[in-house]
Amino acid sequence: MQKEVLVHVEHLYRFYGHTCAVSDISFELAKGEVLGFLGPNGAGKSSTMQMITGNLAPSAGSITVQGMDLLDMPKRAKHGIGYLPEQPPVYLELTVDEYLSYCARLNRIARGERDRAVRTAKERCGLGDVGRRLIGNLSKGFRQRVGIAQAIIHTPAVVILDEPTVGLDPIQIREIRALVRELGEEHGIILSTHILPEVQATCNRVQIIHQGQLVFADSITGLEQRLNATSLIAAFHAAPDLDSLQQLPGVSTVESLTDGRIRIHYRDTDPSEALIEQAVAGHWRLYELAPERRTLEQIFIELTCSEPAAAAPGEAA
Amino acid sequence: MIFTIAARELRSLFLSPLAWAVLAVVQFILAYLYLSQVDAYLVWQPRLAAIEGAPGVSDIIIAPLLADAAIVLLLVTPLITMRVLSEERRNCTLSLLFSAPVSMTEIIIGKYLGVLAFFLILLGLLALMPLALLAGTDIDLGKLATGLLGLALLLAAFTAIGLFMSALTEQPTIAAISTFGLLLLLWIIDWAGSSDGQTSGLFAYLSMLRHYQTLLKGLFHSTDVIYYLLIIFLFLGLSIRRLDADRLSH
Repeated sequence: MQKEVLVHVEHLYRFYGHTCAVSDISFELAKGEVLGFLGPNGAGKSSTMQMITGNLAPSAGSITVQGMDLLDMPKRAKHGIGYLPEQPPVYLELTVDEYLSYCARLNRIARGERDRAVRTAKERCGLGDVGRRLIGNLSKGFRQRVGIAQAIIHTPAVVILDEPTVGLDPIQIREIRALVRELGEEHGIILSTHILPEVQATCNRVQIIHQGQLVFADSITGLEQRLNATSLIAAFHAAPDLDSLQQLPGVSTVESLTDGRIRIHYRDTDPSEALIEQAVAGHWRLYELAPERRTLEQIFIELTCSEPAAAAPGEAA
Repeated sequence: MIFTIAARELRSLFLSPLAWAVLAVVQFILAYLYLSQVDAYLVWQPRLAAIEGAPGVSDIIIAPLLADAAIVLLLVTPLITMRVLSEERRNCTLSLLFSAPVSMTEIIIGKYLGVLAFFLILLGLLALMPLALLAGTDIDLGKLATGLLGLALLLAAFTAIGLFMSALTEQPTIAAISTFGLLLLLWIIDWAGSSDGQTSGLFAYLSMLRHYQTLLKGLFHSTDVIYYLLIIFLFLGLSIRRLDADRLSH
């Protein structure tokens, strides 16, 4: 199926003085995708998002939104973008209705359509009952929702959300995630976060940014594969010595864990079958054998903390 | 689009108590000045009647009132313009405008017109005082018109300068004090070199006071109007540039 490319970013650079905040980032976002931006604080997530939304001028590189260059045709390109910055850009002295209708006007929604647009945006973000309240009197979670409503009011092709679930309670987080998934069906969404399960819960593509560079970009299924085991955990009632385990084909290192279990790292071939055969033959009384799944955290830490070391297991997986 | 931004700006002004407080205080002070001028006129009237070609109501009541109003507004303008852009920047609401399909020029002009509308309301309230004299006597409407035009142009220039200062900083108070400083400097700049009796031509031209005074006398020189228009365009242009620079480096 031919995907409709909504955002196309090419060789994006951004310098702050001599510090390079974003370095050579290229990616595409297609319709129906929810793209998760992961990275530690200061990795360049927000800078990248600000550049795509026209809040920050790139030092080099090009950004096209729905085929329109952001720098050449900013007005038309911005029409297709809805943006929620880290701080929801709300005017505390206005009511939710006033604010949203101002946003509708700013985004050039025709007069007749405005009321309907405000209503739909409120409905989708669960703001039905607070329309007449001052934004300043709303809780953080509701302000966040007003921020999201503002970003989707003109039904843009691309919605960009910078850490949309920060500071929300668990129920609100679930609601926002559900909203993001729902939006993702008809819009393209870029979402930044440093909460890893959030990416697994909402996104279908992941990009990890570290020190301004894309260190990992794959679909969630690709990520799941990477999460797959490169090690086994085994437990025996009559444990053999580690050397005989080391002899098994494919095994690289063996370590015994404090709880009596043994971790077997392997490369290329899975030694499970050989291990079971050996265990039966040698009466090791194997009672537990489990492939060890790596968590997203581990991959994340590998990629972001030790760059040179990260390359090796990455290739192995 | 410009008017959408202007309307919100004006609305937000009136949603805060500051705008109401400013209107009330300015109106009160000017009313007091107005009444004391009326009082002075009543005292002088018998003597003035004896003099041929003596100054009339317009010269004794209206011109000083408008001259004083300019000073009061010089003090007040920074308070109104200080938060226009700096507060948006501080509350991170500027990104709403940046990511909407609006150009920097539209943002600046919209904001400018919003604040200017507030000052025109203030000017309207102020104009009611001299107009009230119509109930009892004849006034020189031409003189009143040039005076009000002068004050309107002056306010428009004040606002443009205030807007630019507000675009420079994140702190409203810094915007206020620097606006005040620049306005006062432009007000008194012709004092420089005037001690030996002859003012430098350049400084005299730069002074806002000079251009205002000729309009108060009822003289409509296009140079004065052009002076104010130049200031307005210069500072609006600078504000647009400054806002654009926001995207270039944070």
